[in-house]
Amino acid sequence: MILVKHELKQSRISLLVWTVSIGFLLAVCIFLFPEMKGEMNDVSDMFASMGSFSEAFGMNQVDFGTLQGFYAVECGNILGLGGAFFAALCAVSALAKEEKEHTAEFLLTHPVSRSRIVTEKLFAVLIQIILMNAIVLLISIGAIAAISEDLPLEEILLLHFAYFLLQLEIAAICFGISAFIRRGSLGIGLGIATVLYFLNIIANISESAEFMNYITPFGYADGADIVASVRLDVGLVALGLTYGVIGLFLAYLKYSRKDIS
Amino acid sequence: MKAIRANGLTKYYGNSRGIVELDLNVNEGDFFGFIGPNGAGKSTTIRTLLGLLRQDSGSAEILGMDIEKDKTRILKEVGYLPSEAVFYSGMRVRDVLLLSANLRQKDCRQAAGELCERLHLDTSKKVDELSFGNRKKLGIVCALQHNPRLCVMDEPTSGLDPLMQREFFRILRERHSQGATLFLSSHVLSEIQRNCSHAAIIREGRIIAAGSVEELSKTTARRIVVHGGVPPAGLTGIRDLREIEGGVSFLYSGDINPLLRELTRHPIQDLSINEPDLEEIFLHYYKEGSENHDISEA
Repeated sequence: MILVKHELKQSRISLLVWTVSIGFLLAVCIFLFPEMKGEMNDVSDMFASMGSFSEAFGMNQVDFGTLQGFYAVECGNILGLGGAFFAALCAVSALAKEEKEHTAEFLLTHPVSRSRIVTEKLFAVLIQIILMNAIVLLISIGAIAAISEDLPLEEILLLHFAYFLLQLEIAAICFGISAFIRRGSLGIGLGIATVLYFLNIIANISESAEFMNYITPFGYADGADIVASVRLDVGLVALGLTYGVIGLFLAYLKYSRKDIS
Repeated sequence: MKAIRANGLTKYYGNSRGIVELDLNVNEGDFFGFIGPNGAGKSTTIRTLLGLLRQDSGSAEILGMDIEKDKTRILKEVGYLPSEAVFYSGMRVRDVLLLSANLRQKDCRQAAGELCERLHLDTSKKVDELSFGNRKKLGIVCALQHNPRLCVMDEPTSGLDPLMQREFFRILRERHSQGATLFLSSHVLSEIQRNCSHAAIIREGRIIAAGSVEELSKTTARRIVVHGGVPPAGLTGIRDLREIEGGVSFLYSGDINPLLRELTRHPIQDLSINEPDLEEIFLHYYKEGSENHDISEA
């Protein structure tokens, strides 16, 4: 686990910045809820009747006057998009950075097999995602307690779990890509997370584009859907995790045979 | 046992030539020089042997182990110094050394401390603050701190000042006397000639000559320097004719008697006849050798 420790040490500032940023934004959102709750009761109907815009963000499915409805849309977007960016950036640079920063020659001339390098780097990414999610969840629960609202624990946990799975899927796909590239990893990571996010919005707007939910993990990690049904679409989750497994398989396959420049 | 044995090792980068049908043999315990200019294929050879690159064809063994099947086992026994040592940004020298030792699952603190002291390397410095020479020193310590059986060093002295170069070679000679095999790639021929017992010359991805440094330096050609007189005319075997202050210098590979007879026909102030140094032989291979030269041809 030497490499896991090393990776975590190298990434600690990035982990801290992303965790604090996402946690801070979630807390700010939650702290705004009591003030907006009264007004939300009046505007919920308006939000729900904004046609495609409402459908795009699932605002027609939830009640903004309740914490879970508010949390699903407002906090869900922050955690969904922020978490996706974090997972993508973490994973897409995991293998590629060694060549980009010219440290591959140092690392790969030590008696560590390529598959062990891939495994330990993967663990490091997983630990970072778990840490970020755990801390953000604690911040959320703390913020909800601070505004003296009843904690909709089931919905919150399910929502956070869905976003955790989303991040795992995106991380696994980006990790696979990381094995193939040498530079430009950050742009690719951000690009993938952004495209997947907008695929879900498009799928929500148009029935003919609904199939895109089979492509993007935002399809099963849709805050409004989850809070409305209090369940995850297991089929979509399984499909997403299959994409992730393919990404990881490709990472091992490619990296174990790759010429290191 | 052979420390390195390569048979027909070939590596192309797309259509670009890396190494072609390369054969190389290095005995265990040898101090071996690998000579060639930039782009000749020295680094490609080393990187293929160490598993950073996959060969297109051919095979190789290091310390009796196959470079494809036993990569991790090989790397346990090898210390490698790349031509440009780069380390993880933000780390201190001591952290890099510890990471390297941990990756080898060895406690190298004592050896690392001694090497750092001899090379005047401050272990508290951050690697980002190190000069090229100091990064090189850190690379040397990383390559040697675990007492490897085989040290592979790619252009090891670039960036080191003359005093450090002297200390570096002193350390290498000590390691050599303790039984380690040393494989140095360089285009500084004088350091190969001074330190190595065997060498190979690589040209356009192929080994064009290999043998003991003494054998490589041994040639029927002589460097003739004549002060006064005129350049000998009508003799075959003269090449690399240069005018120097008050005379001429040339390489002569023919019968010495006709040359001496020719020279005595002119008033000569001074005459010296020497074996050419390795640098001249190296240039000879590069200028004239097009295909698979044999040592005896030099």
